[in-house]
Amino acid sequence: MKPAPFAYKKARSVEEAVALLGQHKDARLLAGGQSLIATLNMRLSTPSLLIDINGISGLDGIAHKGGKVEIGALTRHAAAERSETIAQHAPLIARAMPHIGHVAIRNRGTLGGSIAFADPAAELPACLLALDGELEATGPKGKRTIKADDFFKGLFETALGPQDVLTAIRVPAAGKDTRVGFAELARRHGDYAIVGLAASARTTGKGLSDVRLAFFGVGATAVRARKSEATLVDGDVDAAISALDLAPNDDVQVTGAVKKYLAGVLLRRVAKQLMEARP
Amino acid sequence: MSGYALDISLTVNGERLSAHVEPRKTLVDFLRDDLSLTGSHVGCEHGVCGACTVRVNGAIVRGCLMLAVQCDGATVETIEGLSDSGEVADLQKAFEQRNALQCGYCTPGMIATAQDLLKCGGVPGREEIREHISGNYCRCTGYHAIVDAVEAVAQARARTQMKK
Amino acid sequence: MNIAEDSPPILTALDRPNSYIGRSVPRPNLQRLAQGRGQYVSDVTLPRMAHVAFVRSPHAHARIVSITTESVKKSPGVIAAVTGAELAKVMTPWVGVLTHLKGLKSAPQPPIAVERACWQGEAVCAVVAHTRAEAEDACELVEVSYEELPAVTDPETALDPKTPVIHASLGDNLCFERKLDVGAVDKAFVESDAVVETTFMFGRHTGVTNEPRAIVADWNASEQRMTVYQGTQAPHMMQDLFAKHLGLHHQQVRVVTKDVGGSFGIKVHTYADEMATVALSKLLKRPVKFVADRIESFVTDIHARDHRVKGKIGVRNDGTITAFEIDDLTGIGPYSVYPRTSGIEANQIVNLTGGPYACPNYRAQTRVVFQNKNVMCQYRAVGHPIAVAVTEGLIELAAAKIGMDPLELRRRNLIADDAYPTQSTSGLKFERLSHHESLAHLDAMMNYAGLRAEQKRLREDGIYRGIGFASFIEVTNPSAAFYGVGGARITSQDGATVKLDAQGFVSVATGVTEQGQGAEAVVAQCLATAFGVPIEKVRVTTGDTDSTPYGGGTWASRAAGIGGEAAWQAGKALRANVLAVAGAMLQTNPEALDICNGVVVDKAGGNERLPLEELARVAYFRPDTLPAGIQAELMATRHYVPRAWPFAFTNGMQASYLEVDVDTGFVKLLKHWCVEDCGTIINPQLVDEQIRGGVVQGIGAALFEHCRYDDRGQLLNGNMADYLVPMAAEMPDIECGHCVSPTGDSELGAKGAGEAGTAGAPGSVMNAINDALRPLGAKPLTDMPFTPDKILRALGKV
Repeated sequence: MKPAPFAYKKARSVEEAVALLGQHKDARLLAGGQSLIATLNMRLSTPSLLIDINGISGLDGIAHKGGKVEIGALTRHAAAERSETIAQHAPLIARAMPHIGHVAIRNRGTLGGSIAFADPAAELPACLLALDGELEATGPKGKRTIKADDFFKGLFETALGPQDVLTAIRVPAAGKDTRVGFAELARRHGDYAIVGLAASARTTGKGLSDVRLAFFGVGATAVRARKSEATLVDGDVDAAISALDLAPNDDVQVTGAVKKYLAGVLLRRVAKQLMEARP
Repeated sequence: MSGYALDISLTVNGERLSAHVEPRKTLVDFLRDDLSLTGSHVGCEHGVCGACTVRVNGAIVRGCLMLAVQCDGATVETIEGLSDSGEVADLQKAFEQRNALQCGYCTPGMIATAQDLLKCGGVPGREEIREHISGNYCRCTGYHAIVDAVEAVAQARARTQMKK
Repeated sequence: MNIAEDSPPILTALDRPNSYIGRSVPRPNLQRLAQGRGQYVSDVTLPRMAHVAFVRSPHAHARIVSITTESVKKSPGVIAAVTGAELAKVMTPWVGVLTHLKGLKSAPQPPIAVERACWQGEAVCAVVAHTRAEAEDACELVEVSYEELPAVTDPETALDPKTPVIHASLGDNLCFERKLDVGAVDKAFVESDAVVETTFMFGRHTGVTNEPRAIVADWNASEQRMTVYQGTQAPHMMQDLFAKHLGLHHQQVRVVTKDVGGSFGIKVHTYADEMATVALSKLLKRPVKFVADRIESFVTDIHARDHRVKGKIGVRNDGTITAFEIDDLTGIGPYSVYPRTSGIEANQIVNLTGGPYACPNYRAQTRVVFQNKNVMCQYRAVGHPIAVAVTEGLIELAAAKIGMDPLELRRRNLIADDAYPTQSTSGLKFERLSHHESLAHLDAMMNYAGLRAEQKRLREDGIYRGIGFASFIEVTNPSAAFYGVGGARITSQDGATVKLDAQGFVSVATGVTEQGQGAEAVVAQCLATAFGVPIEKVRVTTGDTDSTPYGGGTWASRAAGIGGEAAWQAGKALRANVLAVAGAMLQTNPEALDICNGVVVDKAGGNERLPLEELARVAYFRPDTLPAGIQAELMATRHYVPRAWPFAFTNGMQASYLEVDVDTGFVKLLKHWCVEDCGTIINPQLVDEQIRGGVVQGIGAALFEHCRYDDRGQLLNGNMADYLVPMAAEMPDIECGHCVSPTGDSELGAKGAGEAGTAGAPGSVMNAINDALRPLGAKPLTDMPFTPDKILRALGKV
């Protein structure tokens, strides 16, 4: 399968990328390309222009400052996987990284790309929801910040406008009372999850507060199970599972009923992780 | 559009070269068609099978999920280069001795991926080896002999390291 | 029957000094493959070569109302756009029938659909351009107007009067049916203490060869000769078919097969798009290349194993099996594939079910029906995985029902090791098998008692592990009984031509082919041993109809048993020729001489008398020095075909040990074992690696692989993300053991080994899952692949 023809330009700055997006209505940004180029090869997508942002300096970088971990959108998954900063201060993301594809994919794929693509079965959008993270986007009117809860709109649809470039991801740095949990079920290592759960909470010594449970693979977007979050604060895992108000559709791998059931299984496992002492 | 081609310069297996390529041409097609480096193989063109795995700027990537134009200024290494330099000679020998290749189609990608694991040093266990090559599809061997070969090379390299 | 060690066995006819028989010699072609210097057909480029891409029907069944190619011809790089009607003037259609499958019928199939497209993915127009990308661009400009027709997509209703008939000329959608009734089945069921009845489903799946199908056809009009580079298992068969359908003589067609990136039976069939590529080359008078991309591979590579089998077994409390009964239904595509037919898989299921067991009562029926889905045909282990899973599944369900250990039930029913020669109840002739020895070997290898104890212990902790078995028989080394008797021009014999060159090295050209299983190595080992040279001095040529003997290629596990024997005989013949010259040169009786390690020696004592280089020098350059009348003949050709047995049956037994996560329905494979008896083992490592690869393909069928169609005949998961092939992280280590029952039909005594792994793996994994879940009262799972969905439903969790 060979892509349909397209033109190609390397953007030297975010501003240039934004301007090119404005000039060419069916242009696409090329970051890691691990999702985009596959869709181009299959002719599922036929943009007239690819804007390569890989050369823009200053878009990758992982920093711990002001109580947050800021990750440049162009940071490769592999760099995030190796990052001490993320391991220490954003442990939920560190837990998710080895599940993303395979080594060769992680060497090119970027966190910004994964989040902007917003595959419903991807790990990072759920991590962002679980961490109450925020996204920084740059568009024709300049920079703006979008909360993760407001970012994922629909199937492969985010709050990014047609001229926006996602430039940074920010999550609160983990504190001493932060607990995280992560579990996903995939038929084979590296596959998109059948069902997954990214979770964070704060422990008060006895019990949890600020529980955030973000499921992926269960709908058009990653989604928070808010009723279960509230129930889990009370410590009742069975009730939290009963309170799961997910309505997944069937897909090629499993039925919606099985997804919902498995979501409950993962909730039990992740609840246990949240309640365990931090190593 | 045909004729919409761009100039690129890159280093492939240590050789500096220039080329004129259409933006839509993937790296693996460029290597195979334009440079006649047919050792990297095309198995799926959607990044799943790993037969196109090559090294770009020192990191293994899917040759079908990168465009040749993205490699302007890059250093690309294919199985031919890894082979001629001797970098993977012990891996190749171990594969041959254990018949860890049958049809040979997955082998270039498999060896590049195995080398990526082993050059970090240490002796990975069988489960870790299986996990690292979990993105390289082999239909012939059932993977057992491949894991044997990689494990043996890891142990041999560690012994050589210890002697140093 | 001895349990073999990995060391040269001492067998009379093969007892030669420095024998390579039984040794794990590395394959000669591995270095170039490991260096990335293989020559796959997808690598081949020729001067002026063009590329073809096909417009494919998006509908499962549709009348082609019109095709407009006007704007296509102006698209950059386009050389031609060709419809089925235009190509029909160059190439005749074909029909996939064989006379020994009585009543088998099929409609003529063209290289490109003419009036109707009969499956989603069938080619309706070809576009030839300078590059594949340009051809694909131009395909989007071809305007095809379709009239959608109702699609036949359910085998259960394919024969209902209300269901549309796909090919009116055939009268109905029945391709083939067969019934068999041996003994007194109904009486046997009545007299049983327990009867188990269930329905097995086998999900349609496909080969997913790593290198997709690839072909380069080169019609040289000046020579009136067609050269085809093709990744085929059977070059001579394809030579015959290209010649036949283009109206050429064999001599006008050369088929060349270099390295092949995996085949497993996928590449032994005739594909419409490959035939079209050959016809296009003739039409356009230049080389044309076609490489199926992965997406089109899923809708055009043959599918296999789409079966529903109702199975029934009767058993007495003492464990005696009283009867087997099966009712098989399989839905193929709209055409029976050419030339091997799509009736063989079903026919094998009728032949093979119950095969290892001495049960005299067996009734079977099969119906093969047409559908508007991709075509189906032989894929590794053809029919065996289904027959074995049904048989072995019924056996373990019966064992559970009467409370008997599943190995013990088998001991009481497997054909005795001293019962041979004998026949299966279905009429298969067995020369010599070793079911009991294999079972004993497996029992010991896996420490069965130890695993049962571990299983029991872990159950108390809520961990559910299962042990499952599968005994099997396997068809190898086929005689003409497989295809020839039915009128197919598929040869079951094979040949080897050997030559001593002017330096004393030996070359051999063989009619068997190599796709990675090691046919070249095996042929070299046989020749080197029979003739008497170090194996480093042997060079093997395969895969060229111009320069190899007329041969069958590699399929049905025939390369070692048949190709190896031909090489063995040719080596012996060359030795005799060479010793005749040596005897004349040394003034010695040739009977007193032998060749050892590349040197002519005294047979008694081993004194070196004359190096082969010296003999060759004299024979080629100084024949004037030879005694009067001597004509040196330093080449020999021998052919071999099995004559005493229609097939060389092998046997074996497999076991799977796994753990089911009863919360998630996920299966973790812990270990797999296979004991295989393939007669004389020429290269133990290659045999074991064939078994391992075959086992993993079988595991794919049991747990992962399924071509899923909706009721409109649309393939829903035709890509590598949604169609799941086994990858390294989920596969177990696989331990292999052997028993040895050589065949007397050849001097080597080697049977085949390529497919046994695939035959037994699905059944053993199924049995292990059911063994794991039995204490939980789960309904036995018999619907492959065993996905978490299905396991959770069997456990009542969803």
